[in-house]
Amino acid sequence: MNIKFTTNLSTETATPTEVVPVKDPVGYVHSIETFGSVDGPGIRFVAFLQGCRMRCEFCHNPDTWNIGTGDPYTADELIAKALDYRAFWGKEGGITCSGGESLIQIDFLIDLFKKCKEQGINTCLDTCGQPFTYKEPFFSKFKELMKYTDLSMVDIKHIDPVEHKKLTGFSNERILEMIEYMSNHGHHMWIRHVLIPERTDYDVYLKKLGDYIQTLHYVDRVEVLPYHTMGIVKYEKMGINYPLKGIEPPTHDRVVNAEQLLHTADYHK
Amino acid sequence: MAKTEEINLKEFWDGFNKGDWQEEIDIRDFIQHNYTQYEGDESFLAGPTDATTTLNDQLMDLKKKEREAGGVLDADNDIPATVISHGPGYLNKDLEKIVGLQTDAPLKRAFMPFGGIRMAEDALEAYGYKVDPTQHKIFTEYRKTHNQGVFDAYTPDMRKARHFKIITGLPDAYARGRIIPDLPRIAVYGIDRLAAEKFSDFDNIGDGEMTDDVIQLREEINEQYRALQDMKKMAASYGFDISKPAQNAQEAIQWIYFGYLAAIKTQNGAAMSVGRIDTTMDIFIQRDLDRGLITEEQAQEMVDHFVMKLRMVRFIRTEDYNSLFSGDPIWATLSMCGIGMDGRHHVTKTAFRVLKTLENMGAAPEPNITLLWSDRLPEGFKRYATEVSIKSSTIQYENDDLMRNQWGTDYYGIACCVSAQPIATGVQYFGARANLAKTILYAINGGVDELAKKQVGPAYEPISSDIIDYKEFMGKYDKMLDWLADIYVNTLNTIHYMHDKYYYESAQLALKNSRLDRTFATGISGLSHAVDSISAIKYGQVKVIRDEDGMAIDFEAQNPDYPRYGNNDDRADDIAKWLVKTFYNKMNTHHLYRGSKLSTSVLTITSNVVYGKNTGTTPNGRQAGEPFSPGANPAYGAEKNGALASLLSTAKIPYRYATDGISNTFGVTPNTLGHDDNARKDALVNMVDGYMTNQGMHLNINVFNKQTLMDAQKHPEEYPTLTVRVSGYCVYFADLTKEQQDDVISRTFFDEM
Repeated sequence: MNIKFTTNLSTETATPTEVVPVKDPVGYVHSIETFGSVDGPGIRFVAFLQGCRMRCEFCHNPDTWNIGTGDPYTADELIAKALDYRAFWGKEGGITCSGGESLIQIDFLIDLFKKCKEQGINTCLDTCGQPFTYKEPFFSKFKELMKYTDLSMVDIKHIDPVEHKKLTGFSNERILEMIEYMSNHGHHMWIRHVLIPERTDYDVYLKKLGDYIQTLHYVDRVEVLPYHTMGIVKYEKMGINYPLKGIEPPTHDRVVNAEQLLHTADYHK
Repeated sequence: MAKTEEINLKEFWDGFNKGDWQEEIDIRDFIQHNYTQYEGDESFLAGPTDATTTLNDQLMDLKKKEREAGGVLDADNDIPATVISHGPGYLNKDLEKIVGLQTDAPLKRAFMPFGGIRMAEDALEAYGYKVDPTQHKIFTEYRKTHNQGVFDAYTPDMRKARHFKIITGLPDAYARGRIIPDLPRIAVYGIDRLAAEKFSDFDNIGDGEMTDDVIQLREEINEQYRALQDMKKMAASYGFDISKPAQNAQEAIQWIYFGYLAAIKTQNGAAMSVGRIDTTMDIFIQRDLDRGLITEEQAQEMVDHFVMKLRMVRFIRTEDYNSLFSGDPIWATLSMCGIGMDGRHHVTKTAFRVLKTLENMGAAPEPNITLLWSDRLPEGFKRYATEVSIKSSTIQYENDDLMRNQWGTDYYGIACCVSAQPIATGVQYFGARANLAKTILYAINGGVDELAKKQVGPAYEPISSDIIDYKEFMGKYDKMLDWLADIYVNTLNTIHYMHDKYYYESAQLALKNSRLDRTFATGISGLSHAVDSISAIKYGQVKVIRDEDGMAIDFEAQNPDYPRYGNNDDRADDIAKWLVKTFYNKMNTHHLYRGSKLSTSVLTITSNVVYGKNTGTTPNGRQAGEPFSPGANPAYGAEKNGALASLLSTAKIPYRYATDGISNTFGVTPNTLGHDDNARKDALVNMVDGYMTNQGMHLNINVFNKQTLMDAQKHPEEYPTLTVRVSGYCVYFADLTKEQQDDVISRTFFDEM
């Protein structure tokens, strides 16, 4: 853990007794992907933050669930690491925080994104929204975070609250509240939906989701992500039961169908 | 023989801008005064003509027959190949806009004994042919070959180092290649003017004091002069007079091709580069377009047919050779674009036309299309290039800013994969590579080969402790590197002396200046494994496991989380920098043949598989026999932070020491690159720009799914043109050995998770 000093020790007047250490918030990082090209606009440095409360059946990163583990970074440390890759970012790229559920570490996120914006780095928040609440102190923090967030990538796991709970362990109420807040306050979003046979891939739900998204503002893109089975290996390694055993990725036709029902072509920009 | 001032070529140069190039042989000056930059996109391009499609179908059919015949369609066994050994040959005389074959029939392989008669015979026998007895007698009893010369001079230690493969791939039985002829000279000046220049050079070499170097150069210039005369005869057999400059685009491309044909008729180098021809071609094409003589379709057709010829070049090789370099590669490397010394980019419409051939005639490994990249190239071209990359995986990208700065000219080309060479004034002596990972094991085992259990290196004290002490190891490794540098450089000195003597490249060198800057190329294999092994010893507490003979056969890092090369982690990457620099400096203490300047590369081509096969288990946990990672790529599974961290590790290797090139092969699935075509193109452009801005030197880009490759392995007939880039060159996937296919499949693909 790094400690930052508010007083410059090299100045003549400073004496050790005047130094007041101020701790920057520390983020716990599961892993880093330096070449994120599907995690927001352009090529992005993606920090996968550790910890998530949801237990989505299709989660392909169960190793990010535990809260409190991971490698500790201050915002400055993470930015310094990311800046090695600035030459790859072009006009659009930047830093994305994903997870796990990144909002669990909101104090760190605020510090990180604020410092990113000071250096002109594009910021993108990849969240499922589950920690969102209008309750304090979270809500004020969230508003603060949104000031420094250029884009949020928000997953809607399921449009039906009951099905959502079955799929993830939580209702989608807070998630939709967060999305509506963003929609009403000018915060740009990409909305993503994982298409899973026998779970989300039903026309009735897809239509409902499509209609819902159409009521929102500031949605720059809607993406259908076909479910894949690449996470199974991790479940086996960790010795936990894989809930979607036997379910295959959706067919190309079903993906196209979902894209039509979610009107993805209308948003793309 | 006419003197240079008696040859008046002004009438041929009508429509071109004046410059020094009219007085001196100077293609760069001709280009700078005459080329037309193109800023737009690919929309002007034309598809294939009927003739192109017919010819290409014919060629694909021959290629299929060739594969069915076991790899060789037909081969000469009794005519030693020279510039004029064969009469004209055609694929389809009525349709070909550009003509000329190595022998008298398409894909028929020439008999090339001058590098070594045994190699030529073994190669023929590998495909069921037998050399003509008279030829055998001539090349064993009367005419000495390069190979015999080399073995007459090798020391026993050199033979040993070669036999146990601590140094491998040496050009001591075939041509060294890698000499880029300045082909546009024929189109711009015609042979007579070039011959007159050589005549005058001959007159001006030495003052009568006949030292070795004067004698050698005078003899060589005479050989060059004769090669030029032979080129005229060869062209005449096809009905063309190349004594004078080309008068139109078709002639210009044909003249250029005749120059290349002379090279590939006489030399069977591993790499037979084409060099820089696109701008010159473009100048001639543009003059014809401006005069209303041709249409875009016709221009494209000529470029297509020229490229088709480069796809037909063949040499017959032994099985040993094929296991090193699979898929009949000849590295007809064609370098394009870059930025001029005056700041203008060299993107012309013809650079687009060359890329378009991959669409018009399907993907193919040759020519080895190499883009000299700078972030200052125009966006339209960058995007088209990456689009072609995504569709065909056939392009390599090299850092023009880095190379132009290092070599001091914008008129350079790539010989082979990654080696820059000033085209008018430079030449390179190719020297294969030394195995630095195996040398780690020699240091640990006291110079005893870990597989053969024979004393190969010097018998220094082996490491006898359980846990390897870092300092002790580094002392021993340093000494072993001294030995390796010594024996490697001196083996190459022997090879190049004999190559000049018995297998001189008169045709290629006739198309260059007579006074040349020479580069002594060396190479490093096993870099990533050597680096990770040193890091393991330094940070990971490596325990040695020995067999009953006391030989270190396995290793166990007590702390397996030691830093690894490929994660943009200076602790490991600094070892890579140190190793390249140290080995370079050690080699540089030695005498180098003909005053050449040392260069080294970090490049393996497909030989990473064979090098791995010949190397025991290394302290980084790589098992005996497992392939090395290719070129300067990190070891399999070492990368933990994604593709860019891996690229930045490679980019740290200092080019000023490895001026022969630093190769990185990058594989990515389409979905990892982006969710749609535009995003994919953007991502690739940004990736290449970013890599080059960070001083990265070379990047092969492969875009396809692992599943596609696995399917292609099972059903090769369904993927006849599936082409992959492997460490500096391109190859049809179906032409790789099973082991190499497995290697490509298992190699790090940056995949979405």
